[in-house]
Amino acid sequence: MASLQPEADSRPVLETRDLTINFGGHVAVNQVSCAFHAGTLTSIVGPNGAGKTTWFNLISGQLAATAGSVRLFDEDITRLGAAARAGKGLGRAFQLTNLFPDLTALENVRLAVAARYHIGHVFWQMASRRRDITDRAAAFLEQVNLGKRADALVANLPHGDQRKLEVALMLALEPEVFMFDEPTAGMSVDEVPVILDLIADIKNKQNKVILLVEHKMDVVRSLSDRIVVLHNGELVADGEPAEVIASPIVQEAYLGAEVEEI
Amino acid sequence: MMQRLLSGDYPRSRALTALLLIIGASLALGPFLFPGVRAFSMLGMICVFIIVVASYDLMLGYTHIVSFAHTMFFGIGAYGVAMATDALGNGYGAVLAGIGGAVLLTILLSLLLGLLSLRVKAIFFALVTLAVAFAFLSLVTQLYNLTGGEDGLAVRVPRELGPAFRPFDEPWVGFDVVGFFSGLFSDPANAFKDALFDVRVNGRHLVYYIAFLSAVAVFLFLLRMVNSPFGRVLQAIRENEFRAQALGYRTVFYRTAAVIVSAVLATLAGVLFALINRYVNPENTLNFELMVFILLMCVIGGMGTLYGAVVGTALFLLAQNYLQDLLKLLAGQVEKGSMLAELVGPDSWLLWFGLLFVLSVYFFPSGIVGQLRLWAARRRQRRAGNGGASRDGVSAQGESHAS
Repeated sequence: MASLQPEADSRPVLETRDLTINFGGHVAVNQVSCAFHAGTLTSIVGPNGAGKTTWFNLISGQLAATAGSVRLFDEDITRLGAAARAGKGLGRAFQLTNLFPDLTALENVRLAVAARYHIGHVFWQMASRRRDITDRAAAFLEQVNLGKRADALVANLPHGDQRKLEVALMLALEPEVFMFDEPTAGMSVDEVPVILDLIADIKNKQNKVILLVEHKMDVVRSLSDRIVVLHNGELVADGEPAEVIASPIVQEAYLGAEVEEI
Repeated sequence: MMQRLLSGDYPRSRALTALLLIIGASLALGPFLFPGVRAFSMLGMICVFIIVVASYDLMLGYTHIVSFAHTMFFGIGAYGVAMATDALGNGYGAVLAGIGGAVLLTILLSLLLGLLSLRVKAIFFALVTLAVAFAFLSLVTQLYNLTGGEDGLAVRVPRELGPAFRPFDEPWVGFDVVGFFSGLFSDPANAFKDALFDVRVNGRHLVYYIAFLSAVAVFLFLLRMVNSPFGRVLQAIRENEFRAQALGYRTVFYRTAAVIVSAVLATLAGVLFALINRYVNPENTLNFELMVFILLMCVIGGMGTLYGAVVGTALFLLAQNYLQDLLKLLAGQVEKGSMLAELVGPDSWLLWFGLLFVLSVYFFPSGIVGQLRLWAARRRQRRAGNGGASRDGVSAQGESHAS
């Protein structure tokens, strides 16, 4: 069906079909089908425990689906591991900071750049001699305002800087799909705009798929082209930001009282 | 030049640099500085075990793979040469055949172990390697037709590598450093003359220098490897394997590669051991005690530093060989039969050895090298704190030195 479409742009870059995962009887993500097109930023919202991060993990390969499939550029990638999916262009920034603590900030980004340029197997050359890799890594650090902390050990960086570094790692992968999982969580108020500007910049300048899990509704409203609502592992709403935000389910989850949780 | 040779990974501590220079010079000129069979064989063992421990550090220190099968690979190398020369005679062809067979077997086994780490993680992987190592040990003991069982095998080395080979008619002159310094106290006038001794260069010296140059080459090779993009990925796996995968690194590939490289180098060390020692048995190559010693040398020296392998091996083997002598000396000073005499008696050397180990791990949790670097870094920081200008001077100097 998709292949019959004449325009390349109208074909989705990323698609999940009936994607399901079952943790010993508890269905965390239940038959979620959704397609994402290049050049759009989609926010995924929903109460805690709705399955947003689990869905992300199924897409980027940290978890294996019980049923359904994930497709990237019309290729079924459901059986591939996280590493292979990253190689195919799925970039992921994690919600809980997930870095290499005893390496420097620059070294962290350099690892991502080296992965992007497939030089991880090079054992005969000094890493520090690859100026091309180092310069790119430094540029990405600069983009997230961490240029001055390049030589600091990640374990010694404050939380906000670690969050920025997490984003820098994904930028350095130069992926086709950017997956931000609450990129601004735990950041101080004056640091948040750095990340939001970055996301807006990717959206405006690169024709990529951007997925964003975010709780701050003002952020969601200002950035999104589309909003998808998950609730109890199911996709319950999908559409233009204004109409989705106005829908009862979102009103209940974000503006109303307690939503019954699993 | 230095930058290239050391792959930009300097000792970063003056005390460590001094220690490494002393060890390096002692090994390079060893046969001409320390007379006696015992010192000579210990020097050879230091060279061999620097290779073993440094390659073990690639797994343990840089990738956090705990394997107890390292002696198995060491034994494969040693037995490879021993069995090949036993069957084919003492030609170079036999030695090469032994090396080739041993390396092939090692690659096969380490590949299997590496792939196994896909399914079995951390401590369970360590237990599997332990089981494999024990299985291999009992296999070697039982196949006594081939391996000589518990009795082991004498290695028939080529003539040029044996004591009968005398390339020079005249003896060379050695200078006994230890004797010279003790001579300075007892008989200063003749200390220098008494310290000179004859060295009859023979094939064993040739083997020693092959081992020494191999140790230097392997060390520099590993230093390059851990500072390459590949080495960085290994460290990433050590730090956070999950994240390394999310960046696109197939960590099983990298882990397996680390295990194979490490195992092949241990095999080559085993080959050198067989050529130096000219006798292999399960006790001196496959023993579990030996595995523990390798682990200790790695930890005492400092995991994940490679320099730690050199320092740890040298100090460990020195203590192992000379602690007994030291205790004998001490025991001579105290009253016979007293409690103290029992404690410092040469028989209780293992007690003191164990105590030394516990103390070193307690006071130097990051190993000798880690601790020396920490002190050096603190001193640099203090100096930088005293004057901002001098700090720029130091770093600029470092830069120009590096380029």
